[in-house]
Amino acid sequence: MTTMISLRDVSKRFGASGEYAVKDLSLDVPEGEIAVLVGPSGCGKTTTMRMINRLIEPTSGTIAVDGRDVLQQDPVELRRGIGYVIQSTGLMPHRTVAQNIATVPRLLEWSAQRTAERVEELLALFDLDPGVKDRYPAELSGGQQQRVGVARALAADPPVMLMDEPFVAVDPIVRSRLQDEFLEIQRRLRKTIVFVTHDIDEAIKMADRIAILNRGGTLEQYAAPEEILRAPANDFVKRFVGAERGLKRLALIRVAQIEIEGGPVVSSSASADEAEQEMARHGLDWTSVVDGGVLQGWVDRSMLDGTGTVGRTRPRPFSAYVTVQDSLRQALDSIVTSLTNVAVVVDADGRYLGILTLDRLSHEIAAP
Amino acid sequence: MLASVGPPSIWQWISDNSPRILRLTAEHVELALIAVVVGLAISVPLSVAAYRRARLYPPVTWAAGILYTIPSIALFVVMIPVTGLTALTVEIGLVGYTLLILIRNTVAGLRGVPEELKEAATGMGYTRRQLLWRVELPVAIPAIVAGIRVATVSTIGLVAVGFIVGKGGLGELIIDGLDRFYTPEVVVGGVLSIALALVADGALLLAGRAVTPWARPGRVSPGRAVEASA
Repeated sequence: MTTMISLRDVSKRFGASGEYAVKDLSLDVPEGEIAVLVGPSGCGKTTTMRMINRLIEPTSGTIAVDGRDVLQQDPVELRRGIGYVIQSTGLMPHRTVAQNIATVPRLLEWSAQRTAERVEELLALFDLDPGVKDRYPAELSGGQQQRVGVARALAADPPVMLMDEPFVAVDPIVRSRLQDEFLEIQRRLRKTIVFVTHDIDEAIKMADRIAILNRGGTLEQYAAPEEILRAPANDFVKRFVGAERGLKRLALIRVAQIEIEGGPVVSSSASADEAEQEMARHGLDWTSVVDGGVLQGWVDRSMLDGTGTVGRTRPRPFSAYVTVQDSLRQALDSIVTSLTNVAVVVDADGRYLGILTLDRLSHEIAAP
Repeated sequence: MLASVGPPSIWQWISDNSPRILRLTAEHVELALIAVVVGLAISVPLSVAAYRRARLYPPVTWAAGILYTIPSIALFVVMIPVTGLTALTVEIGLVGYTLLILIRNTVAGLRGVPEELKEAATGMGYTRRQLLWRVELPVAIPAIVAGIRVATVSTIGLVAVGFIVGKGGLGELIIDGLDRFYTPEVVVGGVLSIALALVADGALLLAGRAVTPWARPGRVSPGRAVEASA
């Protein structure tokens, strides 16, 4: 995988005291990935980000974007090639939504038609009603403003984006939706992104890699979220990641990634005796019922009073089941809320795959 | 009541003197307009300089403040030996008085441009000049217009003092009327001066709104689809 953004021994000292804001930082961001810089205030995460587009000049070290040293480039040209989103959106209050989105195309002197087409494209991509095009930012909801801010950064289709707490100014529900929407868009666009946040949960959700920075701008750990949760490099990282490390890790692992147990299962054409035997074999008093591989529900001993096939007894549907695309955290929720204390796993077409138990999940988190 | 002031009646006087009243009103408007336009042309560049270099702000406002505090009659009298009994003498004085108001408002407007807006614009690749013309000055327009309104109203009031050099617009009616103890002339001069100030203020208010449709709080957009926030 090629490196898109590369920081080598970058330091930044401020003021007469020469205090380090960032110290000897080396960091590579692979093309198409989201690297999240996270840490307490004063850890230099925003300073680091701003050095990439030269809003702040490093005291020493080198920074390269797409293999080119940023310090050798004209800052204005450099910035026009890098998408930039800030916390408070920084939308132009005196420009309409369409004009705001067209900011960088206009600076790059795109034709009016090309710009207009691009604006339409981005409005659609960000699920913004075409009616908002001619409105001013003050007339939009917080969530819409944030979307316009991100759309504006993407207008000239830059390969690299810098995002400084882009979703922090909205309430948690809207924030979560904006995060999901952005990840969905990113799956298609594969931009190389440096994303700054102070919120470890946002970092875990958004990142391909997380850089945890400490006060004075030293890098404590740079790794995939799952690795940071599983193997924090030191006490600082452990403390910063906080409680519920196990739960947070469960959210990052898909059901498809772990081994699933068989679990009791019979065909709807099976006899009551066969169903009894299947339950006994697993030491349980219930069994899943499938029809042509597709999950129908479950039956227990009390329902098997009569004779005839299991299908006749009208299997009861599971109140919750998980698919292979769900996270282990969702599986855990399914386990603790089900009467049977297992999570039944199906594939995308509803075909029965097996079950997950609490034992299986705790084994997964406890694994080194 | 006004008719009882004495013959000829005020209405009679107005109709007898309408060409003169119109000429003086036009002169009044012209003197004020030129003063504000020139004042703006001087104060905007000075304000931009003082905004960009904070060190310049105290001396600039100090100088404008000195001009502002000189009594207008004294200023005109001092200017007469230099520029004579001309409109230029009046304009120099009038322009001088607009500077403090215009500079203070313009600098306040520029300083009020949110930091994050400038940061976002710079981060997207605006040059400093583009930042000034496309972001800072447009966003400062409401404050600049507020300054223009105050400067215009006070200038319209001050024009009258120009009678000293024979260029006082409606001030000529007021002074002439006072000299002759002739009330209708004073009243017409005074009322028209006030009316001019009110009309100019209202027109500027509307013009300011027209160029800053974005600055109106709670603006509704008739005819535009108002969609629920998704």
